Amino acid sequence: MKAHLSRRYLFSASHRLHSEAMSPEENQTTYGKCNNPYGHGHNYTVEVTVSGPVDQQTGMVCNLTDLDGFIGREVLARFDHEDLNMLPEFANEVPTTENLCIHVYEIVQRGFHLAHLERVRIEETMMNSFEYSG
Amino acid sequence: MVYLTRKAEFSASHLYHNPDFTPEENRRVFGKCNNPNGHGHNYTLEVTVKGEVDPRSGFVVDLKQLKEIMHREVLDAMDHRFLNKEVPEFQHQIPTTENIAIAIWQRLATKLERAKLHRVRVYETPDLFVDFFGEE
Repeated sequence: MKAHLSRRYLFSASHRLHSEAMSPEENQTTYGKCNNPYGHGHNYTVEVTVSGPVDQQTGMVCNLTDLDGFIGREVLARFDHEDLNMLPEFANEVPTTENLCIHVYEIVQRGFHLAHLERVRIEETMMNSFEYSG
Repeated sequence: MVYLTRKAEFSASHLYHNPDFTPEENRRVFGKCNNPNGHGHNYTLEVTVKGEVDPRSGFVVDLKQLKEIMHREVLDAMDHRFLNKEVPEFQHQIPTTENIAIAIWQRLATKLERAKLHRVRVYETPDLFVDFFGEE
């Protein structure tokens, strides 16, 4: 029987929303306070949902130790306490949480094969969240 | 179609152990959850039902009835229990969050009258939850 398993992780990072394709005024209008040249930070919550048949022997969709290990190595170690604008994936891309969500999804999709990836959901604050399902 | 979700909480203990595994295998696969004396969680259950809104009552489901069914079928059986020993489903099945969600679905699905069960979500901790949507 197929079930969905979701696990939440925390990391903290800074970013600045600024697009080279826009004039300073446009950046200001579009991104408001998020365009502050010195950046600002968030405590991000990443919710990863995987699915698959529940293994008869273990009662699990996948072993949490494997998922935690993968996310710790490939996602948290990469983004936690970083300035997102300095990372290569955001060299030519604005580090909005939409884009961050897509990157995290692609990392998990590419590297974690012990269950099917359904969705990555990121809460930037308690008030806003973003989801990407491929 | 409207979806309605009702939450409930229960606290229970469990342990993960497969008698077909060697002691080493059990420890490797289940880690701390294999502690023979068990451990406990405060579970949060979210039951989502779906249906059309009844034009007379304005309800998708009679909430009082849903609450009673959840109490009778789930909380009375699982709250403050040792799941492995006291809940029949887990005599021969490991009470993982996955299997708990499936067992709760099976207990509720046939008991609802007007509304249809859409999803059973079980939080083992605020950072870990399982969704079951029935057999697909």
